Formats: sequence, C-alpha cells, structure tokens
Amino acid sequence: MLHVVLALLPVAGFAVFSFGLNALLLLLTTTGAAVLTEHLLCRWASKESTISDWSAAVTGLLLGLTLPPIFPLWMAFVGGVIAIALGKFIFGGLGYNVFNPALVGRAVLQAAFPVAITTWSASFLPERFGELSSSTLTFPFMTPTVDAITGATPLSAFKFEQITTNTQELALGLISGSTGETCAALIILGGLYLIARNMMNWRIPVAVLGSVFLFSGILYGIDPEIYPSPIFMLFSGGLMLGAIFMATDMVASPLTSLGVVIYGSIIGILTVIIRVWGGLPEGVMYAILLANAISPHIDHWIQPRVYGTTKSKTP
Amino acid sequence: MRFLNFRQRTFKHGIHPPEHKSETNGLPIRQFPFPPLIILPLSQHIGAPATLVVREGQEVTRGEVLAEANGFVSVPVHAPVSGTVRKIANVPTLKGQMSTGIYLEAFPYDSQEVPEGIPVPLTASPEEILQGIQNAGIVGLGGAAFPTHVKLKIPDGKHCEVLIINGIECEPYLTTDHRVMLEQADDIVMGIRYLMQATGAKRTIIGIEANKQDAADHLRAQLPTGLPITVEVVPVKYPQGSEKMLITALLGKEVPSGGLPIDVQAVVVNVATTAEMGRLLPHGRGIQERVVTITGPGVSKKGNYRIPVGTPLRYVLEKVGAADNISEVYMGGPMMGVAVSNLDISIVKGTSGIVVFTEKEVKGQEKVYPCIKCGACVDACPLSLNPSKLGILAKFEAYDKMAEEFHLMDCFECGSCSYVCPSHIPLVQYFRLSKSIVRKRKTGANG
Repeated sequence: MLHVVLALLPVAGFAVFSFGLNALLLLLTTTGAAVLTEHLLCRWASKESTISDWSAAVTGLLLGLTLPPIFPLWMAFVGGVIAIALGKFIFGGLGYNVFNPALVGRAVLQAAFPVAITTWSASFLPERFGELSSSTLTFPFMTPTVDAITGATPLSAFKFEQITTNTQELALGLISGSTGETCAALIILGGLYLIARNMMNWRIPVAVLGSVFLFSGILYGIDPEIYPSPIFMLFSGGLMLGAIFMATDMVASPLTSLGVVIYGSIIGILTVIIRVWGGLPEGVMYAILLANAISPHIDHWIQPRVYGTTKSKTP
Repeated sequence: MRFLNFRQRTFKHGIHPPEHKSETNGLPIRQFPFPPLIILPLSQHIGAPATLVVREGQEVTRGEVLAEANGFVSVPVHAPVSGTVRKIANVPTLKGQMSTGIYLEAFPYDSQEVPEGIPVPLTASPEEILQGIQNAGIVGLGGAAFPTHVKLKIPDGKHCEVLIINGIECEPYLTTDHRVMLEQADDIVMGIRYLMQATGAKRTIIGIEANKQDAADHLRAQLPTGLPITVEVVPVKYPQGSEKMLITALLGKEVPSGGLPIDVQAVVVNVATTAEMGRLLPHGRGIQERVVTITGPGVSKKGNYRIPVGTPLRYVLEKVGAADNISEVYMGGPMMGVAVSNLDISIVKGTSGIVVFTEKEVKGQEKVYPCIKCGACVDACPLSLNPSKLGILAKFEAYDKMAEEFHLMDCFECGSCSYVCPSHIPLVQYFRLSKSIVRKRKTGANG
C-alpha cells in the first residue's frame, strides 16, 4: 500500500500549498491517529502489528483529505480512531472490512459534527503559512467558533446560491473545498500512477465518472437552468477523490470486471441523486458506502462463467 | 463469417512469467553418461504400479522388461541399462510416498546396445497399435506420466476428429520439447502416423508457441506431403500447454467441465511423447531414457540431456556441476513442477526438467497477507474459477462447497493464481490439498 501513499503525496502536497499549516496539521493528525489506533489495537489483540503494510496510513491520509482544512484537530483525531477501530478492526482487519474505513470515519464525523464538517476556509489565504485557524485549534470536546475567513465550496455555492464555478478553476483546484479534493489534475495523476503499477482497477473510476457524466448529462439536457452541467459535476466536490481513491478500495469492491462496472455505476448514479435532490450538497461518501454494502452481493450474483460450463453458476 | 473473426488464437486469462528459455534452447540434446547404479521405481506413471518379473541377482539386458503392466491403466518398466538386479526394495518417489523399486547395477564397459523387438507395423489395427504403445511403456512425457494408450482409447460412441500434438511447452525454463522438435522431426512424423491410425483422426495440428518459431519452421519444412498435418503458431501465454487451453486456442472450443478432450472430438498428445513413439514402435522397443532440461542458476553445465530412466538425482546433479549452496531443486518446471524434498529420488519417465536454484535466488517464505479481494487471481485463472473465494473457503475447510459450487475439481493446478497474488497466498497449494481431501471423501463414501 506504500504506492497508494506515494500516489496521494502530490494531492497532499497541493493541499498544504493551498490551505497552509491547517491542512498540514490535519493530515498529520488523521494519519497519526489511524496508525496509532491500528498499532494499539493489534497489541491489545496480541497480534503482530500490521502498520507496516501501510494500509492504516492510507486510511488516515484519505480521511484527512476528505475533511475541511480548518476542521478541529481533536475531531479529526476521533475520526482517525473510528475509521480504524469501527471501519476495519472489528471486521477482522485488512481484507475483511465491508466498508471503506476512511469513509466510515468521515460518516461518523459528518453525523456528529455537521457544522464543523461543512465549514470550509478559503484557499490561498496570504497568512496560511503563518498562523493557524482558531477552528483548527478548538479545545477538545468544544465546538469551533466560526472564523471570518470561510469560503463556500463550488457545490454548496451551486446548491444554495445557484452560482456555477468555472471549469478551469475546478480542475486546477483554485477553489475552496475539503483538504484533498480540490485539485482534480493531481488526483488523476495519482490514479494514473496506480493504474500503471497495476494496483488499481481502472474500470471503477471510469464507471463512476462515466455514469455521473451520463446521468447528469441527461438531466442537463432536460433543463440546463435547474441542473448543473456534467463537467461541473465531474470536477466539483469529492467526486474525483472518491472515484479514484475511495471507490477503488479493493477489499470493499467486487472482484469481477462486470461486477466493478455495476458497482461503479451505482456509485455514480447515487452521487448524482444525492447531489441534485438530496438535502446535502455532496453525496459521494454515502454513495460509496452504500455501494460497498452492495459489493458482496454483486460478487455473489456476478460470478465468472467457468470454462467448460454453459452458463454461470446460479447460487 | 470466419474472415470477420479477429479473435487471437489463444485462451482467456493466463499469465506471462519470465521464460528463461534462452539459457538452454540453443543447446542440442546430448547423451548423459550411464550411472553405475540405476534405481527404478515400479510406479512411474499414473495407475497401478507395474508387476515385477525379475528377481534379485538376475542379469538383464538393456530394453528387457523388468516389470509388466498390471491391468489396462498401467505400463511396463524396461531395463535402461544392461546389468545385474542387485536389490528390490522400497525407494522414495517425487510425491513423497515410497514405491517398490529395482536397484540395477550396470555392467561396466558394456556396449549398451538395445536388441531389436517385434516392430509395430503402421498398418496395424488401432487395438494393436494401442497394445504396442502400452508394451513400449509409453506415458505422457510432458510431466503428467499418464499412460498414453489409455488416453488414445476412444470410448464407444465417440470419435476423434482432430489430433493435436502439443509442442507448446509453456512451462518456464524447459526446452526439451523445443529441442525434440528441432532434432527429431522424422520421429514426430512417424509418431503422428501411428497416432492417426490409432485414433482415426482426420487431421493433425501441431501447436507451437511463438517463442519457438524456428521449431515451427523446421517442422513445416519436414512434413511429408499428402498427410493432413498443419503446424500452428499461437501467442506465448502460460498455461497454454494444458490440454484444455490448447484446444481452446486451436479449435475455439471448450472442453465441458468434468469432461475430456474427446468430448469435443479431439485428442491431445505431447510432442516428445509422439517422437518417442515414432522412435520406439518401429523397433518394438520400450522407454529406456528421456530428454530432460537441466537448468537454473544452481548448475554450471546447463543443457538438454538424454538421461536413462532411473538415474539417481544425486548423480545427475554431481555430473552437471551443481553449486554447493543449492537450495531448491524442481522436478518439472518452477510453475507446475514439484520442489524436491528428498535428493535420493531418481529421474523417471515424467521428469521433463530439473531446475536448480541456489540460496541466492530463493527468498524463503514470503510473508502471507490477508486476501484483499483485488481480483488479480480471478483475472489470471485460465478456467475463470474464483480463486479468491476458493481460498477463503479452503481456510474454513468448506471443501464440499468448493467442489460443488465453485468447480474446485476443474482446477488443474497451473499456479497462475498463486503467481499473481500480491498477498503471497499459496492458493494452488490450498487447492491441491483441498482436491485430494475431496477425492478421499468421495472414495471413502463409495467404498
């Protein structure tokens, strides 16, 4: 899994570049919390520590990248602990988790701290390397005081104010958003690296992004006044990060080529439904978690046709 | 609409392990020296062990029958050298079990000529040819060592359309079939004549992988006119040498699950077996030796050798200059071969290669991680089985479920799944064990 960390480094680097010290501390906190939790739980279960397989680090890093840059550190720490403990360890550790652990962590945080998790800072603030946001340093068990320098994300801007952000800014990440979701170009670059190393099933992001594009394209075709353009859908919010780094969690995705295409399409369609008709501006996280839950059933129904048999096994 | 068919002539999935064939494929077959002592197990084939017909102290000539076939699924064992039967005792075999074996001491300075037997005429009836093949002790020389005459016996109500000669040799490191095709074209053609007569096949395809283009060109040039034989070159991919995969590559058909090639009107015979048939039957002789590739980083005199059956492995390793720090010796190739656990075994009819690795190459047991459901094994399995699921079921010892719902018994243990597994799960070892347990349960229930 070391290669996943490497693939995420440019994304993380850009996050620190655009959001400054807040983002750096946030990523270190979630990664540290995840690795520490994994190590302690292994010791508690009298097992050999599994932190050297890097999967806990990946979980922690991914969790951090999905949180707003000025997210209070103590909450981020709680998220890292929950991601590993409830997302992975209780299922039996690596290879046995049903859901993407990082998203389990994020889902709990979303439910517990709905305000903090939707408070974004503006990007490229001049003082970002000099001082920390008061929100970041919120005292444990306290809720953050809302900062003056918050920014709306393109999705919330569209949802609540009908403002569309231009595509070039979206692709390059010159926008506000969660720590690691802003720069689509670098996320795609990391994905290409993993595909080249044969460590990612390219069909998953292609199916997710393709189905989002198609579905939102149809809606846009029906009424471009109400529905956002498919390009905007592709490059906004956590879709790129989710499609490339979250939905592709091998453990929680189906085995067969046809299976992953179905799985990816479910994620894409659910994302559009939640974004367009749901109460939240963003739906990628819930879409992936739901598809994770369906994944074992897809594997059950979509078995490869065994050589020398006329039709696939009917379970 | 055949012209619209751009399908590559190959099978689904499969893998591309490093070939390592260039180390020996340019080295012509050489005669290996006769060892002073031959140790000959009576069970070198699949089926009933041969029945001993010599006693201790008896002098035998090369080519003489030492043990007769015990029933239909069995073959005789011939004396690989002229000499004296010193001892009859249990000897270790590759698979770990003991088998009755003959210790044969060679006469020193003997000419080692093989007397002429009763030739099998090309015009003989299929039954007579099958009998001749059994008498010659011929088994599949590709490694399986299944008695060839059993395979050639066409069941009632079925017929053979195509004879496929298997010159694929997809196993890494091995080059015996390659050399045999380059050096024994006449024997191969003669063998094909016998095989077509025995099976009634209407045409013959010699299947060769693209990394042996020279052998394909050579055979094409040597084929006599008037015989319906074609040479077909297919892309390199492991495990194309498996009967089922080769049939799919050449004919575009699938052998039904649990069935045999004859169910799609085909019979597949290994090319070295064919050549041996063509070499022995016209003289009425039996197998005394076979071609073996000896290679790997652990030997200095790599090459293709014609080695008397029963030659002790230790003697072979000594003669080819095995390194002092050898760590693993594979009989067969590294994919489907067996890592030798006892150096006191002998070269047998099924030994296609000996691959020797030193401590430097053998990394030792790699750490096994849990299955992360990446699906690499699913994309590698040539039979489209689900090794990931099978591996999990094997862990839970759900052997019956593996066999009934997930086609465990179709697995022919090619090892592609283990090869690609990023978690280093020894999947094929699990399946080998699971299969033997399922088989045991079945025979237990019936008997």
